Amino acid sequence: MDHCRVFLRHEPCPRISTDVLTVQPASPDLKVSKMSNFEIVTREDFSDVTYLLEVRHPLMAKAAKPGQFVIVMLNEHGERIPLTIADFDREKGTITLVIQAVGKTTRQMQQECLVGTSLYAIVGPMGIPSPISHAKKVVCVGGGLGVAPIYPQARGFKESGAYVIGVVGFRNKDLVFWEDKFRACCDEFIICTDDGSAGIKGLVTAGILQAIEKHPDIEEVVAIGPPIMMKGCADATRPYKIKTMVSLNPVMVDGTGMCGGCRVKIGDQVKFACVDGPDFDGHLVDFDDLMMRLRRYTKEERMALDHWEKEKGCRLQKAVESSIDSAILK
Amino acid sequence: MREQDPVVRSKNFEEVACGYHPDDALRESERCLMCPDQPCVSGCPVGINIPGFIKKIGEKDLRGAYDILTETSLLPAICGRVCPQESQCEGVCTVGESLEAVAIGRLERFVGDTAIKEGWANIPYIEPNRFKVGIVGSGPAGMACAADMAKAGCDVTVFEAFHQPGGVLKYGIPDFRLPNTVIDAEINNLRLLGVKFECNTLVGRLFSIEQMISEMGYDAVFVGVGAGYPTMLGIPGDSLNGVLSANELLTRCNLMRAKEFPNFDTPQPIGRRVAVVGAGNTAMDAMRVSVRLGAEKVYCIYRRSRKEAPARVEEVHHAEQEGVEFHWLTNPVAVLDDGKGSVRGMRCVRMELGEPDESGRRRPVPVAGSEFDFEADLIVYAIGTNANPIMGQTSKLRLNKWGYIDADDSLATSIAGVFAGGDIVTGAATVIEAMGAGRKAAASMKAYLGIRDASLPYQTGGDTLFGIDLRERNFARVRVA
Repeated sequence: MDHCRVFLRHEPCPRISTDVLTVQPASPDLKVSKMSNFEIVTREDFSDVTYLLEVRHPLMAKAAKPGQFVIVMLNEHGERIPLTIADFDREKGTITLVIQAVGKTTRQMQQECLVGTSLYAIVGPMGIPSPISHAKKVVCVGGGLGVAPIYPQARGFKESGAYVIGVVGFRNKDLVFWEDKFRACCDEFIICTDDGSAGIKGLVTAGILQAIEKHPDIEEVVAIGPPIMMKGCADATRPYKIKTMVSLNPVMVDGTGMCGGCRVKIGDQVKFACVDGPDFDGHLVDFDDLMMRLRRYTKEERMALDHWEKEKGCRLQKAVESSIDSAILK
Repeated sequence: MREQDPVVRSKNFEEVACGYHPDDALRESERCLMCPDQPCVSGCPVGINIPGFIKKIGEKDLRGAYDILTETSLLPAICGRVCPQESQCEGVCTVGESLEAVAIGRLERFVGDTAIKEGWANIPYIEPNRFKVGIVGSGPAGMACAADMAKAGCDVTVFEAFHQPGGVLKYGIPDFRLPNTVIDAEINNLRLLGVKFECNTLVGRLFSIEQMISEMGYDAVFVGVGAGYPTMLGIPGDSLNGVLSANELLTRCNLMRAKEFPNFDTPQPIGRRVAVVGAGNTAMDAMRVSVRLGAEKVYCIYRRSRKEAPARVEEVHHAEQEGVEFHWLTNPVAVLDDGKGSVRGMRCVRMELGEPDESGRRRPVPVAGSEFDFEADLIVYAIGTNANPIMGQTSKLRLNKWGYIDADDSLATSIAGVFAGGDIVTGAATVIEAMGAGRKAAASMKAYLGIRDASLPYQTGGDTLFGIDLRERNFARVRVA
């Protein structure tokens, strides 16, 4: 069988070229070479729960398009969480994520993801990019966590020559971020706050209705945010029959269409948000179904959080004990 | 072969089959008749010299046996465990005509395990050539193709979307059937051949197949991304919490190690009463994982009868031993809601077998008025997969009407230099079939690149080679200087 190129080698073959054999030394921990250093180059804290991470990944920065997402693992014990790409810088070779600390992983990331540290894994860009349509007048709506990812879409529409009305919603004035970035690419910009401390008082739907009243020729609304907000947006535009696109973010494991955990009901069809989306026609999405499925792991989330807090407490205590020990020994 | 006691093993994730003791292996090897026509070799999808390696075991030369195995089989410890030998080599074994067939798979595993334990690796002399080969997907098809191309001297890089290489071997097949340590050992052997693994890389989205060829300098690309787009039943209640695909259950448990939650962050949906729909190997894995996760009752719901079940006989037997309750000729009609968005139970209907359908199996038809409900809090669908759409969405690869990649007999696709094999071409199949496809694609790839493939005998038809009868074993010793 082996009368040719391939010789089974028991004894060192005299023709052996050592450089071939030393190309890849056995690495017992199976660490990968290039795609394993995802350094955090910038971090910005918008509030006590919202923070921005800029991660170095030149290939992804080159490939990313508005509307796509990534899956992140903080460490090798971590879970895979989907995060929408909030921005990308092809020249710097970075992608930007804006994260809200709500669950165990996002809180742990808030504590551990400092500039200079690395994520264990980040894969993407995933999902079908948002189609930047040829609509001449669009409303880009972002609420809470959705404010960041709506930005590249607003910019995309602006670049394709549309008249862009930005509508963003926050709880109060202190939580507002990226106002300047939005103003730079929006022809009109409406801030909505729950308490009226900035912009108009009310939900983003109030902003949408205000825009629709002023501009009867709006062709498209794009909304990103919590499901309840996107549901509100879809309901607000339904009577006007304005095309409304929403970006769904259900529970995912792999993000490549393999597990089906992210399935959503779109009209009478079942779609996987990770590969068939994440953008869907908001007027067809079954939001109640989505919100019900998002609550699937509430109990486990609580458990993970408790476990983590306890561990953190233990570690803290151990650190204190050891520092006391060393102080005594000195 | 010794197995863990069903009562004990249903509480742990240790391997069920404990493997041969050297004496057992020796005894088993002596049962081989060394028959001249060697039906087992042609029964093996990769054509392992089976009598050859068994003979070496008989001579207590395990290193020699390993050398013979690694001439053709890349991953003996994996294949020895997961190949359906009863329908391949063992199914045509001459001994098997009158007695129980020689346990070829177990012997292969024994040799593979010994090699891992002893740290043996056969690194061939490789003469590098100028070709750069990209492999998309690190599952069995990709691994097999990567090994062959690396041995041919190409610079091989394997891309994997997950954070660990191994594909379905890692995320799909549970530890008690195929321990992760075995997979890692075999992957390390590939690294020793010079194969590079790039994880966290979603080909198609991070860069396209076309870009690999045109911008990144790959001379040939193999696509072995698997089928993996799970089918849901499409019955009322499909989207309730507590209904999930076997892929999701297994990925959480195997790859994400959710069984160790909360030490690992990924939660595992745990059911008290679990109903698994389907009776293939994946269904068996899902049931047996559920048993180990502590379910009180695990039901198998299958619309045909035991005879038609696609799972290996051994797997059904193991599941039964571990306490899975089988409900043959039963078809789900609806998943029942507890009023809070979670699963309360399932409504099924009894079936009977009618006329044979296009697959040759008798078509199950519902028995009127036989509906019944039962209680369950976790429903797992293991009813097959569809084609993953990412490759179709991101490249100009021609797909067939089911969305699988259109490949010809040599596994070449519609794009020059791009080959495809495994589940993404054929639809869901077995690990060894995927490996066979990977090797076949590698042979075509070598032909495409103009690398003379000497591992395949030059056959001009008939049983002769250069005029010498192939059965003349002496021929194997002829060496081209």
